[in-house]
Amino acid sequence: MLKTFAKGGVHPPENKFSANKPIEVLPLPAKVSIPVSQHIGAPATILVAKGDKVKVGQLIAQSAGFVSANIHSSVSGTVESIDPVLDSSGYKRPAITIVVEGDEWEPTIDRSPELKRNIDADAQTIIKKIAEAGIVGLGGATFPSHVKLSVPAGKKADVLIINGVECEPYLTSDHRLMLEKGHELMVGIQLLMRALGVDKAMIGIENNKPDAIKYLTEIAKEYSGITVHALKVKYPQGGEKQLIKALINREVPSGGLPIDIGAVVHNVGTAYAVYEAVQKNKPLFERVVTVTGKNLPKPSNFLVRIGTPVSDLIAAAGGLPDDTAKVVNGGPMMGKAVTDITVPVTKGTSGIIVFPAAESKRKAESVCIRCAKCVSACPMGLEPYLLIRMSQRMMFEKMEHERVLDCMECGSCSFECPANLPLLDYIRLGKTEVNKIIRARKN
Amino acid sequence: MNSIIITAILVLSLLGVALAVVLYLVAQRFKVIEDPRIDLVEAVLPGANCGGCGYPGCRGFAEAFVKTDDIGSMFCPVGGNDTMAKAAEVIGQTAEAKDPMIAVVRCSGSPEYRKRVVEYDGASSCKLATALYSGDTGCQYGCLGLGDCVAVCKFDAIHIDPVTLLPVVDEEKCTACGACVKACPKFIIELRKKGPKGKRIYVSCINKDKGGPARKACQVACIGCGKCVKVCPHEAITLENNLAYIDYNKCKLCRKCVEECPTGAILEINFPPRKPKVEGQTESVENN
Amino acid sequence: MDSKLVVSPSPHVHSGESTSRLMFNVVLALMPAFAVSLYYFGIGALFVTLLSVLSCVLFEYLIQKFILKVQPTITDGSAIVTGLLLAFNVPSNLPWYIVVIGSLFAIGVAKMSFGGLGSNPFNPALAARVFMLISFPVQMTSWPLPIESRLKYIDAVTGPTPLAILKEGLKKGDTISQIADQIPSHLQLFMGVMGGSLGEISALALLIGFAWLLYKKVITWHIPISIFTTIFIFTGILWLVNPEKNADPIFHLLTGGVMIGAIYMATDYVTSPMHPKGMILFGIGIGLLTVIIRVWGAYPEGVSFAILIMNAFVPLINRYVKPKRFGEEVKRNG
Repeated sequence: MLKTFAKGGVHPPENKFSANKPIEVLPLPAKVSIPVSQHIGAPATILVAKGDKVKVGQLIAQSAGFVSANIHSSVSGTVESIDPVLDSSGYKRPAITIVVEGDEWEPTIDRSPELKRNIDADAQTIIKKIAEAGIVGLGGATFPSHVKLSVPAGKKADVLIINGVECEPYLTSDHRLMLEKGHELMVGIQLLMRALGVDKAMIGIENNKPDAIKYLTEIAKEYSGITVHALKVKYPQGGEKQLIKALINREVPSGGLPIDIGAVVHNVGTAYAVYEAVQKNKPLFERVVTVTGKNLPKPSNFLVRIGTPVSDLIAAAGGLPDDTAKVVNGGPMMGKAVTDITVPVTKGTSGIIVFPAAESKRKAESVCIRCAKCVSACPMGLEPYLLIRMSQRMMFEKMEHERVLDCMECGSCSFECPANLPLLDYIRLGKTEVNKIIRARKN
Repeated sequence: MNSIIITAILVLSLLGVALAVVLYLVAQRFKVIEDPRIDLVEAVLPGANCGGCGYPGCRGFAEAFVKTDDIGSMFCPVGGNDTMAKAAEVIGQTAEAKDPMIAVVRCSGSPEYRKRVVEYDGASSCKLATALYSGDTGCQYGCLGLGDCVAVCKFDAIHIDPVTLLPVVDEEKCTACGACVKACPKFIIELRKKGPKGKRIYVSCINKDKGGPARKACQVACIGCGKCVKVCPHEAITLENNLAYIDYNKCKLCRKCVEECPTGAILEINFPPRKPKVEGQTESVENN
Repeated sequence: MDSKLVVSPSPHVHSGESTSRLMFNVVLALMPAFAVSLYYFGIGALFVTLLSVLSCVLFEYLIQKFILKVQPTITDGSAIVTGLLLAFNVPSNLPWYIVVIGSLFAIGVAKMSFGGLGSNPFNPALAARVFMLISFPVQMTSWPLPIESRLKYIDAVTGPTPLAILKEGLKKGDTISQIADQIPSHLQLFMGVMGGSLGEISALALLIGFAWLLYKKVITWHIPISIFTTIFIFTGILWLVNPEKNADPIFHLLTGGVMIGAIYMATDYVTSPMHPKGMILFGIGIGLLTVIIRVWGAYPEGVSFAILIMNAFVPLINRYVKPKRFGEEVKRNG
């Protein structure tokens, strides 16, 4: 019996078309647009001006506070403009647009392919380097990693959990990274362990990636303290709280953080970026992105420079199929549908999924038949059927009492609902309103 | 047999008397002394309980009204000046007359002028759509047309026009309670002076983009050219963030800006038709 | 690509489950029982079932179209399920007009007057059954004998149900062993060789349907299993105390519509609790009430009443039996 989390969860069709496609380096784009807010927290402060020459890896926007992240140029060339560009929601956000000229890297970056296994840095240096490299959670949450590693006083981490679950259907970027960069990943994990001062790290991988489990289990023997754990396939196991529950059977308290129960979770992509930042001096300016879709000619995994237009990735994967009606940035369960395919890839872009027209629109809603499928699907033990009614009737205080803020928007309820009710839509609305009420109460 | 009936009548009568006494005593004991003027004030209020005054319902307004030192700070938008005069009379004061207001929708981006570039498919809520994305057109400021304002209106005074897909305010029914102003997540609706005989002029756009992108997204957008600012003889128009705004307290309804606006973003309402010579576009949008 | 991009909030995929598919699976799960019914009761069963389904669907359509003036939703299949279950709960020789009146009550009163699918507090088929039982007690309790009545409808040869035999016998003061030769064996009961409502008789066929519903994840095990267990334990205790005055637990499980009630009626989505804990409580309540009605009540069987009574408690159960929230335990400890 494989481990998994106890409550709720669903099994969406996996559709991992690009699982066997090795990571390819995407050719350099002609132009990149690098948004200065690719992370949770304050937008970075722009350091360059129009007309400036920049190199690959050069700091172009500085972290503006503790919860913020540095932004580095992903290409070499000339800054064309510092105007707002469209983000995937269609809003214009400040960004630095650079015209690519050649590929000249900062000389400090170690570009040799050799594995650098020896760890010289101490905990403080590691955290400092991670902050300097602008590393954020690459699983999609984009929370600045150095913040997660700075354990608040009075709390102590005893285990590092590495998220290799990739429970979102379609996505395969973490899977490929684990297969192709196993040793780098292991060194990255050891760096994170040292930064946190823990001697135990657990990698959780869902059982639909047996090759990755086998390979990592094999090489983990060479690294002390790291164990690999196969998990039963169940969405949303990649959720921090669910993964902790599955691996060490502890529950993060409502409204709390994993560190409250002694765990810190990082994504495999983040661990790899940490390796590159600390051992190779390479800031975060490229990442692995899965480009996939049922009718896409060549579903692929690309190593992409941040700021590359999504349309470039789709073109490299064979071009947009004629019947496309929706393009999603991220996974199909939690990703965002984009309004325009020219939006840039950001640090949080784990995948681009192209949906055919037949799967793009929701089916007609009918009435709730109280089948309770949403209640059994909710991994947080909430009652979506009740929350949608309260939200529609604007009973936001009651929603707070029903713990709507515990909702992590995994979408399991809407996925299961036989009446096609927009459960999560209204729960989101309720969350926003409840947050407003709480803020008003504090003032 | 008779004795049973008599006993029953007696018992019930005694019980009735006893309970009446108890009720009376309890009523005395827990009597709430309340300013009688509250009821009188409440009686002259419209009773819509819309909350437009900022108090929880008409009763809440009445309670605050009899206590306040400054009745000038309170206003019932639904009842207007007449109601306020009556209410002030009840407490022996006089209310200053205020200009009647009306909700104004500052977006003219019908599909004719503002192309839809994406299709929204989700719950019909402007609030939700705003959190999700910028809107189904190139303009991130414009009306989404999903009707949050319609849903909150207690007076059936705002409706989505099926052709323009924009909310239209019913002048007769609108009480300027401000519910729609609060409900609109894009902050498109504003309470403005209704004006003499309903005549008013306003910039029907809140697009803060530069002229080029604004015009590209919507033909009737304010492009921030500033022509209206220059032509205005009363200094009523200000230009900020590429967007013109007309101060309704300064505007003298001369209509010079309307003629000047190159995109027809400034609307004039309830004016008699102009003499010919003005280009067609302004006329087509001013008739609503 | 010429069409506009669609933007919608996540999730962007759906399980593909729909109300009509769920209902279709319930209909499918009822088919083995229907086949058994056709085998034992023949044309009567066929006629009553068809009439019941057709009139339920027709009434739903007419009420929605002409009285409520809404888009009729007969395609969701819920009226078909109601019609089937109603038919399965009446004798196969029931006169046609009673079937039609029952359907009208089920759809018109028990379902539509409360707001239609999703809003009715009581299971429509069961409410109609109880209504018919009270209004037409004679017709509703004359049970055609299996096999003998195959080619007959109104003129079917009738006889009592095993539970009625038991109740009568015990009332006269007989002991179980004296009645034993009048009632069918456990195997016969399991296969459905007894008098009874047309769809309730064969436990085997109903259990096959149960397996299908579980496999298709239409229902969960909680309600049926808790009903079975409660009835088994409760009647088992009574039986152990006095085996001469109380029938054995297996007999109780196999007779009087426990199977169809527990598997198909109590699990009705609309009228059952929303959470496993609540479902188990609901099931235990039904089990207890059933046995109490059977052993001490006036009616020989009690499943219908038990379910209806517990239906009334569902809102209360939903209110007070909440799922355990994630992270709740820790908060209390810490």
